[in-house]
Amino acid sequence: MDFTKLTIKEIKEGLLKKEFSTIALCDFYLNQIEQKEKDIDAFLQIDIEGAKNQAKAIDAKIAKGEELGSLAGIPCGIKDAILVEGLSCASGSKILENYKAVYDATCVVNLKKQDVIILGKTNMDEFAMGSSTEHSAFKITKNPFDLKKVPGGSSGGSAACVAGNEAVFSLGSDTGGSIRQPASFCGVVGLKPTYGAVSRYGLIAFASSLDQIGPMAKNVEDCEEVFKAIIGKDEKDATNVDMSKIKNQKSNIQIKDLKIGAPKEFFGEGLESKTKEIIEGVIKKLEAAGAKIIDISLPSAFYALACYYILATCEASANLARFDGIRYGKSEIRNQNSELKNLFDVYSKTRGGGFGDEVKRRIMLGTFALSSGYYDAYYLKAKKVKHLIKQDFKNAFSKVDFILTPTSPFPAFNIAEKIDDPLKMYLSDIYTVPVNLAGVPALSMPAGMDGGLPVGLQIIGGHFSDFNILQLAKIIEKL
Amino acid sequence: MISKEEVIKIANLARLDLSETEIEKMQKDLAGILDYIGQLNKVNVSEIELESEENVPENILRDDVAVSQTLETVEKMLSQAPNREGNHIKVKEILT
Repeated sequence: MDFTKLTIKEIKEGLLKKEFSTIALCDFYLNQIEQKEKDIDAFLQIDIEGAKNQAKAIDAKIAKGEELGSLAGIPCGIKDAILVEGLSCASGSKILENYKAVYDATCVVNLKKQDVIILGKTNMDEFAMGSSTEHSAFKITKNPFDLKKVPGGSSGGSAACVAGNEAVFSLGSDTGGSIRQPASFCGVVGLKPTYGAVSRYGLIAFASSLDQIGPMAKNVEDCEEVFKAIIGKDEKDATNVDMSKIKNQKSNIQIKDLKIGAPKEFFGEGLESKTKEIIEGVIKKLEAAGAKIIDISLPSAFYALACYYILATCEASANLARFDGIRYGKSEIRNQNSELKNLFDVYSKTRGGGFGDEVKRRIMLGTFALSSGYYDAYYLKAKKVKHLIKQDFKNAFSKVDFILTPTSPFPAFNIAEKIDDPLKMYLSDIYTVPVNLAGVPALSMPAGMDGGLPVGLQIIGGHFSDFNILQLAKIIEKL
Repeated sequence: MISKEEVIKIANLARLDLSETEIEKMQKDLAGILDYIGQLNKVNVSEIELESEENVPENILRDDVAVSQTLETVEKMLSQAPNREGNHIKVKEILT
């Protein structure tokens, strides 16, 4: 039986009707992984034994007629930045190469409550810094649509394992586009929830004022099912908001009542013509179905990328200070040949040898921007520009319900194409970064194909409109 | 622009031991990125008061209480330490 065409709900139905067993489903996906991993390289670790044990436990529950969780038996991949107890967790970095998670992240606890099967940890750019997954210290993940292309990043393994039918869904994290851009490149659905919607307890931090965990799946309905499972109030993340208390969710979206904005700043210079054509095509279809398309402008969005590369690197330079070779992970102290005079040497040699180039670059940039004499010119300035960007979105959402843009200015690029030019790499996040700065939710979904490569549509909504976005995405899926 | 001396100073602050080649490349890369970031100078932010940000809940605090852990958890944590002596983590001297 080919399970790859089934939605999460259909799988659950099949399990309950005993059309197939959880272990059969699990074995099917483990077999998929065995066949496809040599080409795709989406996973850093595959937990065959753990997955099979979990599948057997769910089958036992079914046999006893016990109630099943909403994601019962669903095989999934978890980004390597998210802790799963007992599995290695390196965040794509050599500095954490032998680290084993000693507890579950809250989102993983929530998934386990719903009886998921965790197949393994997915590849990513080191500490989520990158847009192609090429900055992983371990392997290069390939785009399932074309193995010469990158899957996007930083959640490239999470996108590729879903697109390559190696898992039903995955979790990613998104600081400047790391869920949406790879979802776009790999033709899957990825949701970057409102900042604070999903607890980040157990996520290895990159830039705490921007980081958010979210689901990636083959279709919008599956994405929503996973999102429902991972939200919920968690005292362990002070920014976490109880989504069930959010009242502004529209119960039923009608296309004819919709006001949609397509900001000109997202359709200008740098956008590839085929991508533009596809996204404008979706907007025209919505217009034909009765939606009002309204001209809006996000004038400060132009500065979002520069603003982001100050704020994110400043926060990263502080967050990554914890990797010092003292409590866990790789340490120079274990290197017999290393001459270490004092603690400073342990720190700097551990970090100098353990971090990759891009991570070092960002730590350096952040340290520079926060160093004495530069704070006002960089960090404070960027905070103020962030404020302007937030205002732009606020003004826009007083006129429209949703904003539609391309997720990325171009489809998946070639492996090695941008690896030597950090700025060129950064530009692939130009349409996703403003969303993180504003803290609003956004989703990327497949909108069409450009010569065999998927093109993603980005739907942006106001704060806590996550479920409305999912509703609109379902409508667009059927257009 | 950013000087080589400045790169070395920042690397020290960041506790990053960089090789000579890395320092040179870093100088070039940072210069390029800082040049790009310089576009923020075109934005007028003189009117912006950050304190006026809306919807920002203040000080979500919890009681500062120690949560006791099982010995098993303590062992799991300690077993990850690269340099351990009994139930302590050993470090190099700070001042030399």
